[in-house]
Amino acid sequence: MKNKTSIGTWIGFVLIMIWCLLPVVWIISLSFKPVEETAAGSPQFLPKDATLQNYKDILANDDFTRALLNSFGIAMISTVLAVIFATLAAYAIARLEFRGKRFVLSLALAIAMFPVVSLVGPLFDMWRTFGLFNTWPGLIIPYMSFTLPLAIWTLSAFFREIPWEMEQAAQVDGATSWQAFRKVIVPLAAPGVFTAAILTFFFAWNEFVLAISLTSTTASRTVPAQLSYFVGPDPFNPPYGQLATASVVVTVPIIIIVLLFQRKIVAGLTSGAVKG
Amino acid sequence: MAAIDMRNIVKKYGDGFPAVNDVSIDVQDGEFMILVGPSGCGKSTLLRMVVGLEDITSGDMMIGDRKVNDLAPRDRNLAMVFQNYALYPHLTVYENIAFPLRLAGAPESEIDQKVRDASKTLELDEHLDRKPGNLSGGQRQRVAMGRAIVRDADAFLFDEPLSNLDAKLRGQMRTEIARLQKRLGITTVYVTHDQTEAMTLGDRVAVLKRGVLQQLATPRELYENPGNLFVAGFIGSPPMNFVPAEVEGNTVKLPFGSVEIPAEKAERAKGRGLLIAGIRPEHFEDASVVTSDTTGKTFRTKVDVVEWLGNEAYAYIPFEAPPEVQAQLAQLERDLDGESLRTQLVVSLDGTSQIAAGDEAEIYVDASKMHLFDPSTGENLTVDESRAGRIPEREDPRAAQEAEQMADQGEEVHSADSEPRA
Repeated sequence: MKNKTSIGTWIGFVLIMIWCLLPVVWIISLSFKPVEETAAGSPQFLPKDATLQNYKDILANDDFTRALLNSFGIAMISTVLAVIFATLAAYAIARLEFRGKRFVLSLALAIAMFPVVSLVGPLFDMWRTFGLFNTWPGLIIPYMSFTLPLAIWTLSAFFREIPWEMEQAAQVDGATSWQAFRKVIVPLAAPGVFTAAILTFFFAWNEFVLAISLTSTTASRTVPAQLSYFVGPDPFNPPYGQLATASVVVTVPIIIIVLLFQRKIVAGLTSGAVKG
Repeated sequence: MAAIDMRNIVKKYGDGFPAVNDVSIDVQDGEFMILVGPSGCGKSTLLRMVVGLEDITSGDMMIGDRKVNDLAPRDRNLAMVFQNYALYPHLTVYENIAFPLRLAGAPESEIDQKVRDASKTLELDEHLDRKPGNLSGGQRQRVAMGRAIVRDADAFLFDEPLSNLDAKLRGQMRTEIARLQKRLGITTVYVTHDQTEAMTLGDRVAVLKRGVLQQLATPRELYENPGNLFVAGFIGSPPMNFVPAEVEGNTVKLPFGSVEIPAEKAERAKGRGLLIAGIRPEHFEDASVVTSDTTGKTFRTKVDVVEWLGNEAYAYIPFEAPPEVQAQLAQLERDLDGESLRTQLVVSLDGTSQIAAGDEAEIYVDASKMHLFDPSTGENLTVDESRAGRIPEREDPRAAQEAEQMADQGEEVHSADSEPRA
């Protein structure tokens, strides 16, 4: 009986893995194929004649490396700022009783549900007037406004889980409110902070609509937007190999970050705080 | 080290609920003071006002000669052990104990010295590198105490520190706390709802009910001279028996017969009509094992249930009470967090007694230690005031009455709250 269920589990597992990973494997396989193979009518799955030429080309492409730098900078700055603001806001929401707390929370949720596309027009006009068009802050600000609500919700849930006694004990032990927050609450909420950070980073890293609308040159264009300019010399033959290579290159950092932070997220740090 | 003086402390919450009503308690330097009472009596709130985690609505909180009403917890120099220990789970045991010292900016050598001293005292040496999550309940409890004793605090505050431990460990830790307090000689305020802890640990015990101080006395004084029905019912296990009584001359008429009481006690209860008599279980005995003269001090009754424990036995004897008394006893039972099932006597018999369930037995009662209570106010008419500590109700009846009225209002606030939910 037990064997049967485990076989079923494995079949399901393999099916889902294939479903999810096949496109990824296809992209990776494409990135190693020379141009002749990708241009062929019915290409085979694995490259016949694997080559690193695509990677060499793409890393020599100044526009692409510049876009990569933009992506990193913008995503990192948005993440750091969003997490700092969200931590402070979520702490206040979790711990303080103030008028309009519910309003703040529901407003935050409403903002998160707003379609990105509807903001493109107004932002385009505003940013041109303010001189923020085609700059890093021009992307960082809207990214933060979309990721902050989610981060605040995630973090305030984490903060609420931390017993009040933690801060009170710290205060009796001689800590100021700020010390209690920094030395006790933030370390305990670390899994929440990392979760919020990863979500924010993903959003900023993958975002396309704003990235293509609010930029005009590689001064601030991020990788997803830059990829849409990869057309190659022949309009009927897009450089599939290069596109696939670029996709692989932008996906790798994400995978590394997830693997790095995964442990932090999983670690149930609050266990043992109180009896329970 | 310092005395803690609470003067006319009042705490009203934002919704108007009065948690503490005009409580004055003076904790002497080095004294072990217990705050005890059923849940919701304001004892924890009072403790949190001492440490500064709750604002004080009115009254003065004095630590040493300083008025601390408006000081932040960190400026009061008190150490507290929380009910759930509140250990920092991301820090090792060593760092947990060192935490207050690090905040104070002590030099590394001093921190190490003090932490190792504390861990030695509490036998935590082999656990210093572990995280609180990997410790047992008793070990966590000791770490919490280590964090308290490592500083030179003016006083220790305990908020029901043993309520999360199992019965055996609780007994051990109780002794441990008593030993530690005696050794360090530090002023201690200890909150509990457990009357055994209150009796065994305290130099003096403050009994609270609905935020009003009922009596402040040594455990012995509380036991032998309870100021009112509530204190009498709360202190002692099994609790004191309450039976309807009428005094005629020196004789008290009880549901199961009449007994003689000392003239002095009878005098105080004269002409009061129907009263409630309080008799502790151990003041009864199986007449057949009593060696002294029992004439006129015994009654015959049917025993319902007997619980034999070896050294002693508890016998249960049901009786009928008139409605006035019944209502008062039911109210008392609610105040004590209990549920009144039936009116019955609990009688403690000698272990050698042969009385079995269902027997018709001859029971001896030592009426000289009986107390008589006024059924309408609950006041103890036969209290020996010179040996009863402080009973606020007697010192200043008007202030006590006002405090009771505030508590009544509090109940209205709460019942108004709970109605929409129900």
